Amino acid sequence: MEMKKMAMAAMAAAAISVASIASAGQVVMDGSTTVLPFGQAAVERYMKQHSGAKFSVSGTGTGNGFKSLAEGSAQIANASRFIKDSEVQNCLAKKVYPVPFAVALDCIVPIVHKDNPVKGLTLAQLKNIYSGGITNWKEVGGKDAPIVVVGRDTSSGTYGTWQEMVMDRGDKTRVTPKAQIASSSGAMLASVSENKNAIGYEGMGYVNKSVKGLAVDGAAATSAGARSGKYPLSRFLYMFTNGWPQDDVLDFLLFMQSDEGQRIVNASGFVSLRELGK
Amino acid sequence: MRRVVFAAASAGILIMAFILIFLAANGLPVLREAPLEQILFSTEWYPTEEPPAFGMAALIAGTLSVTLLSCLLAVPAALALGVFTSEAAPRRARDFFKLMLELLSFLPSIVLGFIGMTVVAPWMQESLGAASGLNLLNASLMLGFLMIPQVASLTDEALASVPRDLRDASYALGATRTETVLKVVFPAAARGISAAVLLGVMRALGETMVVLMAAGGAAVLPSLLTDPVRPLTSTIAAEMGETPFGSAHYHALFFAGLLLLLMTLALNIVSMRLERKGMVK
Repeated sequence: MEMKKMAMAAMAAAAISVASIASAGQVVMDGSTTVLPFGQAAVERYMKQHSGAKFSVSGTGTGNGFKSLAEGSAQIANASRFIKDSEVQNCLAKKVYPVPFAVALDCIVPIVHKDNPVKGLTLAQLKNIYSGGITNWKEVGGKDAPIVVVGRDTSSGTYGTWQEMVMDRGDKTRVTPKAQIASSSGAMLASVSENKNAIGYEGMGYVNKSVKGLAVDGAAATSAGARSGKYPLSRFLYMFTNGWPQDDVLDFLLFMQSDEGQRIVNASGFVSLRELGK
Repeated sequence: MRRVVFAAASAGILIMAFILIFLAANGLPVLREAPLEQILFSTEWYPTEEPPAFGMAALIAGTLSVTLLSCLLAVPAALALGVFTSEAAPRRARDFFKLMLELLSFLPSIVLGFIGMTVVAPWMQESLGAASGLNLLNASLMLGFLMIPQVASLTDEALASVPRDLRDASYALGATRTETVLKVVFPAAARGISAAVLLGVMRALGETMVVLMAAGGAAVLPSLLTDPVRPLTSTIAAEMGETPFGSAHYHALFFAGLLLLLMTLALNIVSMRLERKGMVK
C-alpha cells in the first residue's frame, strides 16, 4: 500500500516536471497550410541562430490554428485570412487575447490548363463562372468547350478567401454545386493541369509551370500587382499570438518581419512586406 | 480460459457500444438545426454558409451510386475469378493466382486513388469525351479493382471448403464438371460467397480515399456515368479538418457517419433475412 502511494507520487512529480519543462522552452506553431512552407523555413533558420529556442511547427488549417491558440496548445497561430468574429469570441471566452502580425502578402491566382487560350478574366466573369452562370469557354473568349469548375473544400483557408473576395461581394452568391472539389493544393494542381477545360484557384506560392495563371481585371498576380493593390485577389498572411508576445515568441516574430525573415518569404514564392511600399 | 474469453468479448462489446453512443450523441444534435426530411431530401449542401444548409440527398445519392456501380462492375468478375482459381485452374496456376490475389487485396486504396487521378482521368477525357475524368465511373472502376481481389479470394476459399464427398457424389451421378460446379459446389458454398460479396459491398460503401481523389466531389445528383459525385465518406474526410468543434457543421458530419452506419446495418439485415428465408442456403 505504502509502496503504491509512493510510486504514484513519484509518477505525478515526474509528470509535473515534464509538463513544466515543455511549457518553459517549447513554442508551438500551428495553423494555415499556406503559411507552413515559409513558417517552417523561418523557424529552422531561427533555431539555427538561437540554439536555446525550441519550436515545433504543424499545419492543420487556419481554423484549427485559432482553435489551438484559444485552447493554449499553440503560442503562434498561422492564418491565411483574418480572424473571424466567432473565433475572437471563442478566444476571449478562454481568456486568450488574439494579436495579429502580418508576415507576408499572398495572391490567389485563378489557374487554367496550359493550352487554354484565355489570358485573363474579370472579377465579374470569375463570379459568374463559379456560380454556374457562364458554362462555356467561348463566352469569355476561349474555345467552344464546357467549363469544368474546380473549387477547394470548405476547410481550406483559400476557399474562405475566394468565397469572400470573389463570390460573396454583398449578395451571398453561392459556388455552384456542380463545382468539383479538390481536397488539397496538390489535388487542385493535378486536376487543372490534366483537364483542358478546367479552371481552379491556388495561392501564388503553390502555382507552378504545370498550369497557367490568369490575370484578373487586367492585372497579373505578381508581387508588383499585389503590392500596388492593382491585383484584386491579394491578401495578408498572419501569425497570431495570445496577447503581446514575449521571450522567444516575440524574438521569433521580430525575426520573421526582419529583412532576413522576409527573404525567406520571398524565396517561398510569396510577396514580402519589404516590397510593400515600393 | 472461459473467463478470459468472456472478459475480452465484453470489452469488445463495450467499446462498440461506446462508439455507437458517441456517434449518435455527436450526430443527432444537427436535427435541432435542420429537420430530418430536409437533411435527407434536400440537395443543398452549404454547411459553412450563414445560415448553413445541410441537405445530404446528393451525398447519399453519391454513396449509393458509387457503391452500386462498383459492385456491378466488380462482383461478377470477382466471382468468376474465384470459381476459376478454385475449380478450373491447375494446381500450380491456382497457387500463383491465390498469392497474387492475396497480395493485391493489401493494395493501399490511396494508390488506386492516385492511379485514378493521374492515369484514368486523362484517359477518360481523351477517349470518352468526358467533361472531367474525375467522375462516378472513374471512382467505381477504381473501387471495383479494390474489391475484386478480396471478394475473389474469399469466394475461392468458400468453394474450396466444400467437402470432397459432394463433388464425388455429383460425378458419380454422371454430372459434368460444369454442372457439378454450378449446381452442387456453388450452392453449397453460397453462404461463404454471400459473406464475401457483402464484405466487398461494405468496402465500397465505406471507402474514402479513392472517392476523395477520383470521384470529382461535386454535390449533385448524378444523371450520367461521367458526372462527378460526392459520397458521404469523402465529404467527411474533406471537411472534418477545419470544422469548429461542437458546431452545427461538426454535428452534420457526424450525422453523415451515422447514415453510413445505418446503411451497412440495413445491408446486413437484408442479407440475414435472405439467408433465413432460404434464398441463400
